[in-house]
Amino acid sequence: MSAGADYPSATYPRRGIVGAVYNSIADIGAAVLSMFETLGDMTLFAWRTFAWMVLRLPRRETLYNNMYQIGVLSLPVVALTGTFIGMVLAVQSFTQFRAFGLETQLGGVINKSMLRELGPVLAATMLAGRVGSAMAAELGTMRVTEQIDALSSMGANPIQYLVVPRFLSCLLLIPSLTIMAVFMGVVGGTAYCIFILDIDMQHYTSNAKDFVENWDLFYGVVKSIFFGATIGLVSCYRGFHCKPGAEGVGSAATTAFVQSFVLIIVLDLFLSILLDTIYMSIWPVSPSMFSS
Amino acid sequence: MVASEPIIDIHRLHVRFGQQQVLRDISLTVPRGQTLAIIGESGCGKTVLLKTIIGLVRPQSGYVDFDKQRVDQLSERDLAQQRTRFGFVFQNAALFDSMTVAENILFPLRQHQPKQQAEHKQRMIDGLAEVGLPTSVLTKRPAELSGGMRKRVGLARALVMQPEVLLYDEPTTGLDPIVSDVINELMMRTSANHSVTSIMVTHDMKSARKVADRVVMLYPLARLDPDEPQIIFDGSTNQIDGSADRRVTQFVRGEAGDRLMELRESKS
Repeated sequence: MSAGADYPSATYPRRGIVGAVYNSIADIGAAVLSMFETLGDMTLFAWRTFAWMVLRLPRRETLYNNMYQIGVLSLPVVALTGTFIGMVLAVQSFTQFRAFGLETQLGGVINKSMLRELGPVLAATMLAGRVGSAMAAELGTMRVTEQIDALSSMGANPIQYLVVPRFLSCLLLIPSLTIMAVFMGVVGGTAYCIFILDIDMQHYTSNAKDFVENWDLFYGVVKSIFFGATIGLVSCYRGFHCKPGAEGVGSAATTAFVQSFVLIIVLDLFLSILLDTIYMSIWPVSPSMFSS
Repeated sequence: MVASEPIIDIHRLHVRFGQQQVLRDISLTVPRGQTLAIIGESGCGKTVLLKTIIGLVRPQSGYVDFDKQRVDQLSERDLAQQRTRFGFVFQNAALFDSMTVAENILFPLRQHQPKQQAEHKQRMIDGLAEVGLPTSVLTKRPAELSGGMRKRVGLARALVMQPEVLLYDEPTTGLDPIVSDVINELMMRTSANHSVTSIMVTHDMKSARKVADRVVMLYPLARLDPDEPQIIFDGSTNQIDGSADRRVTQFVRGEAGDRLMELRESKS
């Protein structure tokens, strides 16, 4: 995750073939050590954030300001991308479904995909790109210009004052953004199918309704909460550990997005497996898969 | 005598960042009410020492006693409480960009005395008047101010909690000679009016001579032998000119001396 340049060895680098092998192993070792160090550091950072969240809630105006920046200002871009993703799904699926004469079932597939996967992942990606990078850059600049030190020197806790409101805003508002992305995706997909592809509206909506259940909405929203927490923590951590200079701030912003995105995708897989397992243990035969 | 009681006592302090040692075996006592200037060339660890005093940097070994309490052993809550007894004026003022001047000055008051809002405004205006700024700057953002004005707002913010110790990090760096002198005068007046202990980190000898009672000079570890002390001068401002150490006299006079050897003639 971060460069392993902090682990020079006394006898490193060595020359010759044996030296090259030795150096490679040393490089891998340094990278692994550095990765575990970052992971441990991130865990401590997350722990301190949770602890401060419980100990003392941020001031209302600080929280509202962050919620506005993070949630409200992200709505248009999330809505727009959601609409287009819904339409793209219709375009991509239409040919295959028509080959089997199943085009009236398109609504079910589009809506289920939007609710379970594309809505939460899309909202999280947009949030990581629009807000995560900006948070990392802002906190990074504050670190570089000693504003975080200034906060500490005045007896304020930077985690409590800077991280908790941002983290809470991501956590609380990503479900709304996800629902907006899903809603606009469903609207976009429906509009494209009915008005452009000329699919019968009554059959389309009836099938779409039968195919989707409340669990799908719950599924997407639960995933989005984990994604929001990841974006908040990774971005704030990267900002707090920003290296000096303009390059450091730029790197913090980029790394915040890349690491958030990778973690979102990895988490998506594990959360999908977990939620499907929970579903199967509660309702052993899926009504949505077999009844319609 | 109460006046000579040490308020800050630094014991055998060692600070290292990764592989790089910055401070080695620093011991220093600062009596209450003294104005101490820590001088030395860039990269010798002056700012790190200042930040270690207030607990922003953790030492590898050694410790700092503030008013007979070890700073590194304080709980997070106690450390935050003790920090309200300090005022820190940062090199580039470190004002919060996202806030106005008024919000910057009010920040420590809102943080620590949220129930005394009625007094806040008056204390803010008093603080601003003390550093000689008009109330018209209150609504401005830090980016709209000149360097000297930012430093003064930084000083007003540091003074608003009525601290016992003021820490100045390069207070005159980057300012023109006139504004530098204004800042020097402000530091002297602050020491006189509030009876605070002041520690300033600087490489501006004019400023150190004018403001400080005592001067301590640090030397970069990279150019010291392992057994040499890092503090190469500790005495009054009058004694520094008579120092027998060539490194001290060169710094005081602003002479590069053998450091010119680092420059190589460029081939045209």
